[in-house]
Amino acid sequence: MAEDLLQQLVNGVAWGGIYALIALGYTMVYGVLKLINFAHGEVYMVGAMTGYYAARSFGLAGAPSLLGLVATLAASMAVCALLAAIIERVAYRPLRSAPRLAPLITAIGVSLLLQNLGQLVFGADPKFFPPLLESRNVFEVGKLSVSNVQLAVLGTAILLMAALQWIVMRTRFGRAMRAVSFDAQAAALMGVPVDRVILGTFVLGAVLAAAAGVLVGLTNPKIDPLMGVLPGLKAFVAAVLGGIGNIPGAMVGGLLLGVIETFVSGYLSSTYRDAIAFVLLIAILLYKPTGLFGTTQTEKV
Amino acid sequence: MSRRWLVGGIGAIAVVALACGSGREGGAAGPEPIQVGHYASLTGDTATFGQSTDRGLRMKIDEINAAGGVLGRPIEIITEDDRSITEEARSAAQKLLQRDQVVALLGEVASSRSLAAAPEAQRARIPMITPASTNPKVTEVGDYIFRACFIDPFQGAVMAKFARETLGADRVAILFDFKQDYSVGLADFFRKTFEASGGTIVADERYTSGDIEFRAQLTKIRATKPDAIFVPGYYTEVGLIAKQARELGIDVPLLGGDGWDSSKTLEIGGKAVEGNYFSNHYAADSDRPEVVAFVRAYRERWGETPDAMAVLGYDTGGILADAIARAGSTDPEKLRDAIAATRNYPGVSGTISMDENRNARKDAVVMKIRDGAFRYEQTVPAF
Amino acid sequence: MSSKRVAAFALVAIVLLALDAWLPSWLNPYYATIVTRIGIAVVAAVSLQLVNGFTGQFSIGHAGFMAVGAYTSAAFSVYVGAGWLESLLGLLPAPLARSLFYPLVLASGGLAAAVAGFVVGIPALRLRGDYLAIATLGFAEVIRIAILNVDAVGGARGFSIHAAEHPAADLRFEGFGAVYAVVVVTIVVVARLVYSSGGLSFRAVREDEVAATSIGIATTRIKVEAFVVASFFAGVAGALFAHSEGYVHTNSFAFLRSFEIVVFVVLGGLGSITGAVLAAAVLTAAPELLRGLGEWRMVLYSLLLIGTMLLRPQGLLGNREIDLGWLRKRFG
Repeated sequence: MAEDLLQQLVNGVAWGGIYALIALGYTMVYGVLKLINFAHGEVYMVGAMTGYYAARSFGLAGAPSLLGLVATLAASMAVCALLAAIIERVAYRPLRSAPRLAPLITAIGVSLLLQNLGQLVFGADPKFFPPLLESRNVFEVGKLSVSNVQLAVLGTAILLMAALQWIVMRTRFGRAMRAVSFDAQAAALMGVPVDRVILGTFVLGAVLAAAAGVLVGLTNPKIDPLMGVLPGLKAFVAAVLGGIGNIPGAMVGGLLLGVIETFVSGYLSSTYRDAIAFVLLIAILLYKPTGLFGTTQTEKV
Repeated sequence: MSRRWLVGGIGAIAVVALACGSGREGGAAGPEPIQVGHYASLTGDTATFGQSTDRGLRMKIDEINAAGGVLGRPIEIITEDDRSITEEARSAAQKLLQRDQVVALLGEVASSRSLAAAPEAQRARIPMITPASTNPKVTEVGDYIFRACFIDPFQGAVMAKFARETLGADRVAILFDFKQDYSVGLADFFRKTFEASGGTIVADERYTSGDIEFRAQLTKIRATKPDAIFVPGYYTEVGLIAKQARELGIDVPLLGGDGWDSSKTLEIGGKAVEGNYFSNHYAADSDRPEVVAFVRAYRERWGETPDAMAVLGYDTGGILADAIARAGSTDPEKLRDAIAATRNYPGVSGTISMDENRNARKDAVVMKIRDGAFRYEQTVPAF
Repeated sequence: MSSKRVAAFALVAIVLLALDAWLPSWLNPYYATIVTRIGIAVVAAVSLQLVNGFTGQFSIGHAGFMAVGAYTSAAFSVYVGAGWLESLLGLLPAPLARSLFYPLVLASGGLAAAVAGFVVGIPALRLRGDYLAIATLGFAEVIRIAILNVDAVGGARGFSIHAAEHPAADLRFEGFGAVYAVVVVTIVVVARLVYSSGGLSFRAVREDEVAATSIGIATTRIKVEAFVVASFFAGVAGALFAHSEGYVHTNSFAFLRSFEIVVFVVLGGLGSITGAVLAAAVLTAAPELLRGLGEWRMVLYSLLLIGTMLLRPQGLLGNREIDLGWLRKRFG
């Protein structure tokens, strides 16, 4: 029993790492723009697809190597960064001063567009993501098994989150980002290039989503053009769970959601996995309406 | 981006779109083609199934047309996409029935979408053949509705018997796709037959199509120590399920249905799907001439190995053409009677006869995955 | 009731009856389906407009309430109503029997959804903005998954609106009478709610909740009221959907459907009833009208959506109405 419990915990944390990486993109964009970027799940899909084509064109399909993984990650991040920049420029920036819900609709539009284009360009059939790391169990005690791929994925995810935390807290760009998030108008008056900071935020979020796409290809090697829809929504839930706009909150929210889903499937019923994730979310929201790490803002009269 | 450019762009798109939407291609020379409608999920979450049936169907029809068509006329397939959406299957079927006035309607893989569209065919009194909807309810809609595949009770029972009698399994776990009626149906009938023959179902776990993470359910199943696991899902998920099961150290055989029949199962599953069994319509490694010719031609034309949906699409086209030829006309009532009278049609998916409930009656085979290929294991006669 | 109003009601009734009797025999059933679906989309969009457009709350879970209405009314029809309809058909001429029966069906769907709306609304409406959005989305998904687990309504197999024991009772709606009667009622009710003097409180909540509270508006009550009324009509729309399609499946009420209704509301213009009607009609017909484009049609659909939003960030009609004067004169 204890082994199974530990195994489920391992399963949940590895799975939650993916949610966390996607959730970070939602939360950063929300932080600076107060926009739910519904197209973010599709950026994650494009990340996985780019990784697939990059790995094959680098000739990595049959030859796993760490260098290959890094090259694939880099290619996928570059493409997604460019994609996010285009989306921001074309679909969101013209609506900066529009009513708040207008960019939400273009976000849904972009999401639909990428799903449908994806089915035309990549084909609708599921694709097998080539193993970029040779899978073996590095840890086996009794029935508990942890593979090197799971560890690598979790390690990469933690590394990326640490890098993000450093960027946000320690660099000039990070400070500008926090300033825009706090008060965009005041930041602009202080000479912060708001447009560029927003663009940078989108790109940063897309880079993390791209990484999530490649990493998910390693642990769960089946990708298709609609793979971003549900994880995108779940990651948004994770971001809200942690307190949307809050970066450590998104990490914790993602990991927590992964573990909760795994435990619900493992100990209650997989039927209610998705439902219980939402029920818990609602319960937390009602108890603490700003999420686990959100701070309450008192409204000024 | 300038506003004027945007307005112009949207206007142009709208005009082109509507222009394409109206009007049909003008009359070509030669005899008027027989128009057959096909509604299928070419896009959306089950796009790969609809595309496969359409490919198989088109291949068969092109072969027939190359050989002179039927009744001296070529057959024309009009395919409408339903985006994998239930209500759009109904409107796509209506468009084909009412606007295009097709002589027969073919479609859907998902039983839910066939169930949404079948009443329209029945009302319009146009025969409909579903290539792959396995739910018994579909053909119960009316006397114009037929199917070219197994029904759930048969296939579920086939694998339950195989597990019990051939593998000698006492304890079986089930992991099925909770969102696909096909998978729910197979799981139900497997459960019934297996328990009736004295076996025990030790775990009844679910997943949702599109999932990529099954480790939680599999860890739970591992703890129940089953002799085999029945996974009646589609090839889109089966490969990954097998992979994750093996990673968790589960080494008992996995069993499945015709939803496994695709090269994707082998590609995604790799070594993990070795040694597993599934029921199917036909053995791809068989030396029957229909099978050999079909598999080769399909590979040549589409650059991939046909899956179960492609085979069923191909045979559905064949059954229809055969019936039109025997009916001697495209009159819907005569056509319906001819389809109902189909006996021993030599399809790729077996020798097909329509039973009194308008369901295809054919033998099933059990396949084993060995050395990266599907190998014939045994035949289970229709019952 | 003034004579003018009686005349207006009579006119509407006559038009609907004429539509019901004459149109189906003339219009190709394929187009009839599209016209019916437009009507249902309008009911869903206009009712959500009350919450999102007029009261300023952000709900993206409307499909959940449609699902409640669709499934409750379907179960009512199949398990209870079919017997009643059969007895009614034995006593009365068919059109009369049906027009007595269908309001019951619609009411069952609407009431069930209104109750669900009340239960969901009381806790959820304490939340603000995007937190409310995610909560409504969550509730809608929970509702959908719960229905998927009820075997009596088919689960993953879907549910046919057909009672085997009562073959004489055709439970499906034919014609447009029922659908467009509901469209008229929905528009009138929502218009009367928001364009009356009492209705100012909805917009007050939208504009500034704190200020609204300070002038003595019970904001929570107003929000719950809007939510319950919207849920009721969503449920009626669901009942219409179930009985015109003849078959329901939970896939039809996934979050994409909720998003679609939000798109109707925002694209039409937040706070515009006629805008919601316009957007719902255009966007419901578009995928069918674009069929000629084959595999590119949904790509174009999404491009049109993005392009239109960029051109009209405030929505097609902003918060104005198309010539609401006649409406107000007749029913106001």
